[in-house]
Amino acid sequence: MKNIILIIVSVLLISIDGFAQTPEEKGYAIQAEVNRRDNGFVDSMHEAYMTLRNARGEESTRLFMVKTLEVEGDGDKEIGVFQSPADVRGTAVLTHSHGLEPDDQWLYLPSLKRVKRISTVNKSGPFVGSEFAFEDIASWELEKYTYKYLRDEMLGEYDTFVVENIPAYEYSGYTRQVEWIDKTIYQPRRIDFYDRKNELLKTLIFSDYELHIDRFWKAGKLVMTNHQNGKSTELLRKNYKFRNGFSDRDFSVDALRNIR
Amino acid sequence: MVQAYAQYILQQRWLIVVLCLSLTALAGYGIQYLHFKSDYRMFFSEDNPQLMAYESLQKTYTRDDNVLLVITPADGNVFTSRNLAVAEQLTRNLWQTPHSTRVDSITNFQHSYADGDDLTVKDLVINAAKLSDAEIAQIREYALNEPLLVNRLVSPDSRVMGFNVVIQRPGVNLDTETRDVTRFVRKQADQLKLQYPDLDIRITGSVMMDTAFAEASELDMRTLTPAMLAVIIVVLWFLLKSAWSVLAATVMITVSLVAAVGLAGWLDIAFSPSSIPAPTILLTLVVANTVHILTGYYKLLAKGKEKIQAMADNLSGNFKAIFFTNLSTAIGFLSMNFSESPPFRDLGNITAMGVGIAFMFAISLLPALVVSLPAPKNAFSARSNQLWERLANNILLHGKKYFILLSVLVMALIACIPLNTLDDEYVKYFDTSVQFRQDTDYTTDHLTGIYRIDYSLKSGAEGGINDPGFLRTVDAFAEWYRQQPETIHVFAITDILKRLNQNMHGDDPAWYRLPETSEMAAQYLLVFEMSLPYGLDLNDRIDVAKSATRVTASLHSISSQQVIDLEKRAQSWLDTYAPEFAHSDGTGTTLLFAHIGQRNIVSMIGGVLFAIGLISVLLMFVLKSASIGSLSLIPNLIPAGMAFGVWALLVGQVGMASSVVIAMTLGILVDDTVHFLSRYQYAREQLSLSPEDAVRYTFITVGAALWITSVVLILGFLILALSSFKINQEMGMLTAIIFALGLLADFLLLPPILMFIEKSKACSANKKSLRIQSATTLLK
Repeated sequence: MKNIILIIVSVLLISIDGFAQTPEEKGYAIQAEVNRRDNGFVDSMHEAYMTLRNARGEESTRLFMVKTLEVEGDGDKEIGVFQSPADVRGTAVLTHSHGLEPDDQWLYLPSLKRVKRISTVNKSGPFVGSEFAFEDIASWELEKYTYKYLRDEMLGEYDTFVVENIPAYEYSGYTRQVEWIDKTIYQPRRIDFYDRKNELLKTLIFSDYELHIDRFWKAGKLVMTNHQNGKSTELLRKNYKFRNGFSDRDFSVDALRNIR
Repeated sequence: MVQAYAQYILQQRWLIVVLCLSLTALAGYGIQYLHFKSDYRMFFSEDNPQLMAYESLQKTYTRDDNVLLVITPADGNVFTSRNLAVAEQLTRNLWQTPHSTRVDSITNFQHSYADGDDLTVKDLVINAAKLSDAEIAQIREYALNEPLLVNRLVSPDSRVMGFNVVIQRPGVNLDTETRDVTRFVRKQADQLKLQYPDLDIRITGSVMMDTAFAEASELDMRTLTPAMLAVIIVVLWFLLKSAWSVLAATVMITVSLVAAVGLAGWLDIAFSPSSIPAPTILLTLVVANTVHILTGYYKLLAKGKEKIQAMADNLSGNFKAIFFTNLSTAIGFLSMNFSESPPFRDLGNITAMGVGIAFMFAISLLPALVVSLPAPKNAFSARSNQLWERLANNILLHGKKYFILLSVLVMALIACIPLNTLDDEYVKYFDTSVQFRQDTDYTTDHLTGIYRIDYSLKSGAEGGINDPGFLRTVDAFAEWYRQQPETIHVFAITDILKRLNQNMHGDDPAWYRLPETSEMAAQYLLVFEMSLPYGLDLNDRIDVAKSATRVTASLHSISSQQVIDLEKRAQSWLDTYAPEFAHSDGTGTTLLFAHIGQRNIVSMIGGVLFAIGLISVLLMFVLKSASIGSLSLIPNLIPAGMAFGVWALLVGQVGMASSVVIAMTLGILVDDTVHFLSRYQYAREQLSLSPEDAVRYTFITVGAALWITSVVLILGFLILALSSFKINQEMGMLTAIIFALGLLADFLLLPPILMFIEKSKACSANKKSLRIQSATTLLK
């Protein structure tokens, strides 16, 4: 398996060198390869521990379970269920993402025992008060951005491609992102986010990559630092499980209602 | 020794001139490192408890620096399709403001509403140009009933709207960052005005205040120092009537200024609105030095002495007085290091440094230069001597009367001092000629308060802000604040929760109340937060652990004392109804400035004592007499007391500048006393004159010089009073009054005091001789 991938990569790399590509084409090719490698996981689940820190160093942690279902030809479906803090325990967020179209999103509120559909044009606000916006952690679809290859660069010990991503969907909080993609595993190592006035807003560092079912690299730790307000958020992703046999029904509004 | 030194420098005068000018050039090279501070935080020391509390609040939530644009359309209604479209466009443009993190206006207000089980959160105004009248009426209805909008971003009469831009300057070069923000916002306003001439556009906010500080400094530097220079040249010409002496004085002033300001650059002392008067003050002090040396020299010339000899004699005769007067002046300024506000420390240090430099130039460059210049003709006429002699006779004759009269006046004025109230309303630091002041006054009158008090109400538990009991208390506190006459607007999270509760129950107005359980509150907030766009989050109201929330009260323009009173009342409310929040002290710029006057006065008590202590020791040493030394402090301390009495009657309010005035003037006032008394002692001891004749001699020899220097000092500080910046105005006025009274005290009080000392000396000498006589008779 690995050998096949290596061959494909080398062929791809040779072809990148061989043809006179524009930076846009090269950027797209790199991200297409990232996307290709992430595809085919069918479904997955993991625990997410989100620790928020303010400029005084005070912190607070939220825990939620995330289940994802891969959808061919459309964006993935995802359910997040809060475990803590206690007062939001059981609150669940269901998202059907749709590439360039606004996503569909529902919330289940145990205190009201009701499902609320919420408008999703606003994905740029902070997710549960953290430094992550919903758009930062939502399912990544290739067509959501246009790309431009910038340069090759050593990022510490990692040999990376540096690619600029420009949001193609409306209402993004960013003008652009600059992403460092590890040439070996085709996964992001770092993303810089530029705000609407094109000033550096945040930096996201990916680390603790682990290989799952011999194919999928997932970062175990994501740290988002906001340069403007001095706050930061650490996201730990633990206990990844793949191919759990989830079905469409598990990601329906009815299922949300019955979630624990 | 001084004679030998004087002879030497006068022989080598060209060398001295070249040496002094090169040293000046070297020091002046530092001018390129000069920088300005405009951040209002500069007025507070780093360990100021109110500043620390405020910084900590801003670290818990978000920074508070802002620009507020206030727009009034001529048609008197912001709720028209065109005006809302303007607002929408401006809101969008303002997101481009350098270092902005958030823009709030009526158009991007996150309006939440229910539609069955759908919850929509979106901008209140979208695509205003295409809205129907009915839709606009609906928006108006909503906005005017939304507690988070009325009196904050729209006026209740819908005539005025506000655009609040939150600014987070990285602080790498704060001054440049402030300028960038200001330039951008002003350009937006100009463009808007060009496109829609009927709009009245005002700009205020804390970043604009910083800009106003910077612009006040620049204006002062551009106008006050040159004005002072011009006035001094005219006055010197009028008093000395000699082009050459004016030239010499001008050279002295210029090199001392350049060297002092340059050294400040080398030493990395930043200029700020309160240290910008340093060059002007220094200028007046240099003139005083110069006048003493020049008048002494011209008098000796008039007596027919040869130039070099005249200058050498003059220097050796005046050296001690000049040295000690400069030393005491420097001590006065150095004592400003006791001040709570760093800009006053800078002012003191720059001026003290300048005084040191000016002293060195006064005994080297000035004599060398003057001797090289042609001597003026008839610089001093006998007429002026007669005038001073008549004054001396008058004072000697009526000394007691003057003394009693003055004492009564002093007592009366000192009794008035408590009538002064402390006030540091920072908006009023700028007089009404300043745009920032006009715009801010307009904003306070028509839209919302610039003065604010912030509270961080802590529940003490993670997630505790969702607790219904906690929320009820926060709501009651906000309600209590709304009922206070000083309040314009209160911003609390409880208003958002009430609205969300209503939204969650199909927009039924009956549900416009606080959620009943903490789960509901937490989950509503979660839903709401998930629906908010970039920048419009709740992080400025809730801390990361959701354990504390911030309540902000915007106030009318009220005095420092009223702010402190209001906060006291708030604390007693909290003590009674929410003892668990008892330690949630109010904070914010308004309270910071409200306390700064008092903190400065308390800190400067040490400074004044330091100055009094050192200067009295100095006086005793110079005058070689403990009694004369200590008694001579009286005419130097009384003027400050009188001045504050006069101030109480004329103005009645003192700010942070008042605290440094006493120590500063003491050091300068003492100069006159030193000159007066050292002349007097010279007359008594060297010339063996009677006390009365010695007083006459003193008046004739130094009267003119004291008069001239006092006039120059009074004019110099009166020019500071022309500043558009109230702290400088106040300092200038107070100091000018003190100098005027000081001159009066020296002329009217010193002679009677001297006579008194002489009499008691004579008396005790008599007694002593009597005792000796009786002792010898007993022995016999």
